[in-house]
Amino acid sequence: MSGHHPSAPIAGQVRHIENLLEQRGVIAPGEIDHRIDALLAGGSPLNGARIVARAWTDPAFRDRLLADANTAIRELELSMGGGEELRLKVIANGPGEHHVVVCTLCSCYPTTLLGPSPTWYKSDAYRARVVRDPRGVLGDFDLELPADTRITVWDASAESRYMVLPRRPEGTDALTETELAALVTRNGLIGTALV
Amino acid sequence: MGVSRINDVGGMEGFLAVVEEPDEPPFHADWEAHLHAMNALLIRQGVYNRDEFRDALERMAPAVYLTASYYERWYCAITTLLVEKGVLTAAEVAGNGHGAADA
Repeated sequence: MSGHHPSAPIAGQVRHIENLLEQRGVIAPGEIDHRIDALLAGGSPLNGARIVARAWTDPAFRDRLLADANTAIRELELSMGGGEELRLKVIANGPGEHHVVVCTLCSCYPTTLLGPSPTWYKSDAYRARVVRDPRGVLGDFDLELPADTRITVWDASAESRYMVLPRRPEGTDALTETELAALVTRNGLIGTALV
Repeated sequence: MGVSRINDVGGMEGFLAVVEEPDEPPFHADWEAHLHAMNALLIRQGVYNRDEFRDALERMAPAVYLTASYYERWYCAITTLLVEKGVLTAAEVAGNGHGAADA
């Protein structure tokens, strides 16, 4: 499925609904723009990269992160967002151990922390296939894991969101935490890339 | 558990390869960002809750669900709930139709 449908008609429909909601006082004028700005400013894969780099350089933080991610990420002044806080679980890749995250039913993802998820994450193909054939799906991302690596697929829900802690690459001992963070990709945080 | 709905695709056969879009932006069009924000605000105001939103997505007609893009599904679920909750009438939702008339 493509996200590239002709968007002009639906753009008009959305504007129409938004105008009605503003006229009825359900949503205040300008509130939607504020919300979009906050979303784009607050959620980003860079937040996940910072968490990973800290975990790579501070073993005690890593332990706290794996035990209780919601609390640990506050040390980096990050959170899963206000209101009813969603549970975040961080799962660590290790030798012979690889993790991949999906939401088979919909698109659950740590959006307030990492920004909107990529379209492929929300696609029916990814959701249907990764639980049955994770190696095949990782192959779609050019990720070939050794045959004896155990792959665990985590199915997110409305209440529980997941983030993968990738393994620190070899030969990065001399890098600073900031340099390490720059190595981490969004796909690494979902599990469709090594880092 | 009842009979599974069309959103319950985990393990379903017949889908093609996953295609990744290089350098994908957070949203592909402004209206997607607007829907995202609108939904968050409607949930915050208590017009409906997160579970009701998921339910509205999940009870879409399978043929519509499978051919709609991700945020087209959101449009369908949000407008369904706005009508069911009595915030807007179906006629009001349909009012603008396809955007040409409001120029």
